[in-house]
Amino acid sequence: MPSLPDAATPDVVALAERAAAAQGHDPHVADVALKPAFFDWLCRMGDNSLVLGHRISEWCGHGPVLEEDIALANTALDLIGHTQMWLGLAAEVEGAGRDADQLAFLRDAMKFRNLKLLELPNGDMAVTLMREFLFDAFHYELLTALTRSSSPRVAEIAAKALKEVSYHLERSSDLVVRLGDGTEESHARMQAALNKLWPYTGEMFAADAVDDAVAEAGIAPALADLLPLWQRTVAEVLDEATLVQPEQRFDAQSGGKQGRHTEHLGYILAEMQFLQRAYPGASW
Amino acid sequence: MTAVLPSTEQVWDWLGEVPDPEIPVVSVTELGIVREVRWEGETLLVAVTPTYSGCPATSVIDLMIETRLREKGISDLRLERRLSPPWTTDWVTDAARDKLRAYGIAPPVDGTASDGLMAGRAARLSGRSNLVIACPRCGSSHTERVSQFGSTPCKASYRCRDCLEPFDYFKCH
Repeated sequence: MPSLPDAATPDVVALAERAAAAQGHDPHVADVALKPAFFDWLCRMGDNSLVLGHRISEWCGHGPVLEEDIALANTALDLIGHTQMWLGLAAEVEGAGRDADQLAFLRDAMKFRNLKLLELPNGDMAVTLMREFLFDAFHYELLTALTRSSSPRVAEIAAKALKEVSYHLERSSDLVVRLGDGTEESHARMQAALNKLWPYTGEMFAADAVDDAVAEAGIAPALADLLPLWQRTVAEVLDEATLVQPEQRFDAQSGGKQGRHTEHLGYILAEMQFLQRAYPGASW
Repeated sequence: MTAVLPSTEQVWDWLGEVPDPEIPVVSVTELGIVREVRWEGETLLVAVTPTYSGCPATSVIDLMIETRLREKGISDLRLERRLSPPWTTDWVTDAARDKLRAYGIAPPVDGTASDGLMAGRAARLSGRSNLVIACPRCGSSHTERVSQFGSTPCKASYRCRDCLEPFDYFKCH
């Protein structure tokens, strides 16, 4: 098995003390100058979880075996839980009276800030698992860095989510190895999935003005710093899986973080948002 | 006239009677998810932490806590969701571990959480783990993991290789 990054326990006691000291008053939450970037960045965090969570949930009831079906549904549930926390904070920072549900269900595609990688259709099990692995390896490093955020609110969400994402990475890397180094058929499918998804992975590390602003404030890490960590995990797992890292550029596709999406996102939103669009304010 | 407020110890006792909706043999206090009970003037604050972020039981638990305390005459009540420090299975009480076992769920083994020590993690990943998850039915340590995800977010699926029964393991977190 690959040696996964060491999942060091965040210093939870210090974290709790900081959160308590802040008394729910995170200095960044009320920072007017930072607000547009902080809000946009929180939407990126929330939308990544929401869109991937929704995609994975599409497998519910369709998994190849019962255990996989349950694992996928559990993973989706974790991600939707993270979405509630990130978009909840985004709504608070925005201060316009919206809540997490309104951000999720009443924004149009161009307002979504998720990575393009995450909105691509599930394809076969190989595409689903490879996508999850490529993102999990990044998500894990990002959340680890965010537990040290200058924003206590961001740090506590990251510490909570990191525990769950550790399970996600463990499972997806394990399956990439087993299927990559499996039968001729599973190997071919995993390699094809990797080749297809590879050009979308660079967007995770492509920083723009929003990323620069939150990094400058100490809220989030510089994305470039996460790249070598991600590359190391990916290289080790792919090697173990007998899969070959594509030679093509990994950053050919981008724009999702700025709201320029593939056509696929619209179809996700049509399904996900239908109820609140058709029956505004419906609850049960 | 100022009403006499129930002591926080009394409130803790009442909360000890609120069962987890998914695993009703253990209470919310035994699971370690009630983090604080405090009077703020005449308002009772109860801080609850989620087990898993997406756990659908979270809102049901809040509702059950609120219902229970209102039954006891507390009308001025504030429930707070507290994220840090994040919940860990290390907070599940010893009494609750026995109840879980009797209910057919293997209780968590401390120190094996996914964010635990690298050595334990590597051993588990490589299948060389010496971690013993005993079968809650027959007690055999001859068990195997079927999936690290189970019937609820907090459980993994195991199988006993002696009595052949599948069972849930309350996984470490």
